Parts: sequence; structure tokens; C-alpha cells
Amino acid sequence: MADHVVTYRESVAEGIAREMRRDPSVVCLGEDIGAAGGVFKTTVGLFEEFGPERVWDTPISEQAIVGAAMGAAMTGMRPVAEIMFSDFLACCWDYLANEIPKVRYMTGGQVTVPLVIRTANGGGLGFGAQHSQAVENWVFTVPGLKIAAPSTPSDVVGLLASAIRSDDPVVFFEHKGLLAGKGAPAPDGHVVPFGEAAVRREGGDVTLVALASTVPLALAAADRLAAEGVAAEVLDLRTLIPLDVAAVLRSLERTSRLVVVEENPYQGGWGGTIVSVVADEGFELLDAPVKRVAGANVPLPFADALEDQVIPTVDKVADAVRSLATY
Amino acid sequence: MTETTAVTDLLALHETMAVIRRTEKAAHDLFMSGLVKGTTHLAAGHEAVAVGARAALRDGDYAFATYRGHHHAIAWGATPEECLAELMQRSTGLNKGKGGSMHLTKAATGMLGSYAIVGAHLPMAAGAAWSARLRGTDQVAVAFFGDGATNIGAFHEALNLAAVWRLPVLFVCENNFYMEYTPIGSVTAAEQPAAGRAPSYGLPAEVVDGNDVVAVRNAVARAAERARAGDGPTVLEARTYRHYGHSRTDPATYRPEGELERWLERDPLTVSSIRLRSAGTRDVEIQAAEDRAAAVVDAAVATARAGPPADLREAFTDVWADGGAAWRTTS
Repeated sequence: MADHVVTYRESVAEGIAREMRRDPSVVCLGEDIGAAGGVFKTTVGLFEEFGPERVWDTPISEQAIVGAAMGAAMTGMRPVAEIMFSDFLACCWDYLANEIPKVRYMTGGQVTVPLVIRTANGGGLGFGAQHSQAVENWVFTVPGLKIAAPSTPSDVVGLLASAIRSDDPVVFFEHKGLLAGKGAPAPDGHVVPFGEAAVRREGGDVTLVALASTVPLALAAADRLAAEGVAAEVLDLRTLIPLDVAAVLRSLERTSRLVVVEENPYQGGWGGTIVSVVADEGFELLDAPVKRVAGANVPLPFADALEDQVIPTVDKVADAVRSLATY
Repeated sequence: MTETTAVTDLLALHETMAVIRRTEKAAHDLFMSGLVKGTTHLAAGHEAVAVGARAALRDGDYAFATYRGHHHAIAWGATPEECLAELMQRSTGLNKGKGGSMHLTKAATGMLGSYAIVGAHLPMAAGAAWSARLRGTDQVAVAFFGDGATNIGAFHEALNLAAVWRLPVLFVCENNFYMEYTPIGSVTAAEQPAAGRAPSYGLPAEVVDGNDVVAVRNAVARAAERARAGDGPTVLEARTYRHYGHSRTDPATYRPEGELERWLERDPLTVSSIRLRSAGTRDVEIQAAEDRAAAVVDAAVATARAGPPADLREAFTDVWADGGAAWRTTS
């Protein structure tokens, strides 16, 4: 079974199912997640295995979904709420900006909110401006929320385990462009701790910091650059909060060059925070300016050719690295 | 719960309402003397809703309140001292000085917070009720909210979800007829902003005299009984009136002349006193209860005021469940 592979999509359902089997307080709610198995088929099989008392279809009411999850989390449950497209987080933004991240703090630690909000994030599938945006940076602006964004099927399972077991609220970004992707299945009991970036490829010339969809992008760019004699190291952050800046700085000790590859817009994107920490704490490590390959500061267009213009591509990453290699 | 009330029970409710009234007066006076900063939204006049509701419910039932929530916190067991200490930014405050007037919380007794984004807590209460059902308890959850909250989306989403899932949750509107500075009738087409909307969600509703603690208690008891029996949510619209303005900075000059005075004739404490007297309680006993309330609050003011200031280390605690605030790794 060494060549057995699974999809990222089915790993979502597998990761949730593993936690539901081990902990009866884990329940799911969201639109079309029950018998329909989710519009992205990421909850297939859960309703059949766990039944209607643990897998709940909701109305199209994002505030009710996330607000009810919060109330349940404060009273002994571990809800896993699905917001179908991450763009729709805007429909329940009060809960992500004002309620869930603040309630523990403003009550002086009287309550905990162990919930997960799963959502399909990012572009590449031609869904147009209101169903394609990479919005992990929205959540990144709010102190009090943890953020995971896996790039491999195995990490989907391992990070879901950490997310659901966490006593803190977690926003879990599943990238739409990766759902059909395949990889090795997660071993039994697989848990990926938060705040531990993974080195996906070692290299001594430049560090590519990536997340979710930009990890395979960075790896493809690294392949191309290797043919040109440039050895790129690819670091998969896996979680944005906690942010493993220590891993970034360790990598820069070897490479001295940094390119951040992020799908969310350049304006306010998480790469800005990486770069600011590096400028503050790792300035002496650098031999070249830092580069950010990010989404453009425009809404996402529909046509594939137009979308390619505004989101990171292998070409853009390779070009950014070349500009540093010759610096 | 029977619809009749033992005199001793009613006297206890009267005393709790008097404690809340005195606490609100103290909060007002402390603000005027500069010892309370920020803002306050005082609940003087609303006491019967919180006290009546709590009297109808059991230990362990959940309450979710608004920024006008001092009365709910006290009704659920917070002491005037810990509330006033919170308002005065003391480390002995209910929320360690990290919440303030708008966020009083007593989670240990099920009072799971006061929320200052209008309507946000209604879905939370539905979620707590959902949780009770999932855990197989017979707890109910109550969301207290103002008439102004009935025009925000979360109200409607919560009512629909709670109705379709038949959750053991009570939606208790404190209709004080003003959405902040604006008469509710001028921004809401429905004559009964909460109860009038309930039928469209298939929910039973009742309009109740929110200044009569017994009427509130009985209505909440009926709703809680339905909820515990698996018959789903109820919307209660308790008509009441706030004695002060919307917040500290509001002198409430928009109120028609004589309106406050007419409501003061039906002050919850007056209504309660009349009922007590008609049940045979002597004036001296009522006065003694009010004197005890005054003494409790006077002592609370003194103790809270003498408490230590907020602990500076608390700025960086309680973000995460491990007690800390770390957002990154360190090399």
C-alpha cells in the first residue's frame, strides 16, 4: 500500500470523522453538510456514520451558524461549523471580529470557546469575485483566533485533529484549488501541532515561505529554479496563528534570501507581517531585499486568463527568485 | 411553578430588585464623581424582567445579556461589589477589569456574558440551548435583548434556527420603547417589535407587563416549561421603561413631558410593594428589605472603591485557553 493515495477533499471528512469517533462532544453544523455531503463533498459519509444528532443541516444563516456554534462551545460542546465559501465569512464577520475572539478575554477568562470554523478558501476554479477570494488575511487581523491552512491531505487530517482538540477557536481554511489533489494518507492517530512550519524542500539559496495553495506553487517554482542552478527551500507555514516565525528565521540563516508567496492580496496580506518580523529580528541575516508574491489589489476576475494575472503563479515566483539570486 | 407566590418569595424578589436599583444609582453617582469611566447603560426600571425571569428558572439555566446588563448579572448571582469593582477598573472586578460595564459576566452561575454588539447574543443563546439538548440536560437558555435588537439580522436568524431545531431557548425582549434615542415605533412597522414577529417563525409569543416581577416570573415559567418539554422556543415581550437615558451621555430630552412620571407610577418596586401590602406584608417589613439592600450596596461601594487597581499583567492573559497571549514562535 506504499503507493496508496487519498484526496485532500476526502481527507477533510476523514479528519472530522476521526475526531467525532474519539470525542462525543464534537458536532458539525452547516449548509448542505448532512445527507448532501457538502457542496464540496468534504463531509461525505459523516451524516451516514454519525446521524442527525451530530451532523446538522442549517438554513442559509451564517450568523446563526457561527453564533450557535459559539454558544455551544461555551457550554461543553466542540462544534465544527462550516461556512461554505470563505467569502461568506463577511456575512458573520461580527462573530469572528467581535464575539468569538474577545469573549474569553473580556470576561477575564471565565469562558472558553473550543470551536472550529471550516471554510473553502481561495481561487483557481473560476468562481468569480464573490466565491474565489483568499481571505486568510481577514482573520489574521483579529487577535484571538487561531488559523490553519493545510497544503496536503495528511496535513488536513493532522491539523483538523489539533484544531478540533484545541480549547481555542480555530478558523480552518480548506483550499478549493487543492481539494482534488492527492497525497499520502494520514497515519492512524496523526496530529500536526499548531505553530510548526514544515520544510517541504531543502535548499540553500533562497527561502520560499508558502501556505496552502502556494506550497505546490512554490515547489513547482523550486523545480524550475533547480534546473537553473538555484536551490530554493520551501517552508510550509501550515498555521498562521500561531505563526512559526522562528522557522522562517532559521531558514534565512541558511539562505539569506526571502520570498513570501501568498494568495491573499498584497495590501494587508499576512506576508507583510512575516516580512516585518524578519526586518525587525533578522535584518542581519539578509543579503538581498525581500519579495512578496501576493494576490493583486483587485477583486478576483472570472476568466482563467484574467485570474492568472492577479494571483501568484509559478512564473511570478520564479521571476521573483531570479531577481534576488542575481542581487 | 404555581401562579401564586408566597409572600416570603415575593419579598426576596423585591429585595433583589432593590439591590439592583441601588447598584444602578451607585453606578450613576460614581460616574458623576469620576470614579467610573467609559460608559454605562443603566437598567433602573428594568429590574423586574431580570429578577422575575431568574426566579422562574433553575440553577444552571443560561442567560445571555446586553450592554444594559447589570440587572441580569446581579439576578444571576453577581454581587454589587464585584460589579461596581469592575466599573471602577479594580482587579477585584467581575471581569478583572477587562470587561467593564457592558460585559459583566458570571459564568459560574450560567450568566454567560453581556454583549455590546446589538443582537449578537441571540444565536449564542440558541447554541447554548442546542448544547443542552445534545448533552441531554434539561437546561434552558434565555437571551435578554432590547426592542432595538429586533431589527437586526441576528434576531431573525436566531429565531428561525431555534424554531426549526425546536431548541429550549427563551427570547425575552425588554421593550422600553426606545431604540437608543429614537422611539421604536418610528423605525419598526410591527406594533409589537418582538412578539409581533414571532408568528412568522411559527413561534408562540406573549406580551407581558415587564414592571410586574410576578407577571414576568409566571410568563417565563410557562415558556421554560414548554422548552423543557421539547416544545421549542418562546418569544416574550416585556414592556418596561428605563429611568435614565440610553447611556451616560444621554439626558433623554427626547422623551415627551410626563412620560417618565407616568412610568414611575408603575415602577417595578412600587408595583411589587403594592402586591406585598395586599398580601399582608407590613410597610415596616418592606422598608426593612429596602434598607438591607441599601446597606449591601453602600458596603459594596466602599469595598469596591478600596480595592486594588487592575493588575497590569492581566493585559496579556486570557487570550487563549492556556491563559496566555502568544501569537508566534520565538527563536
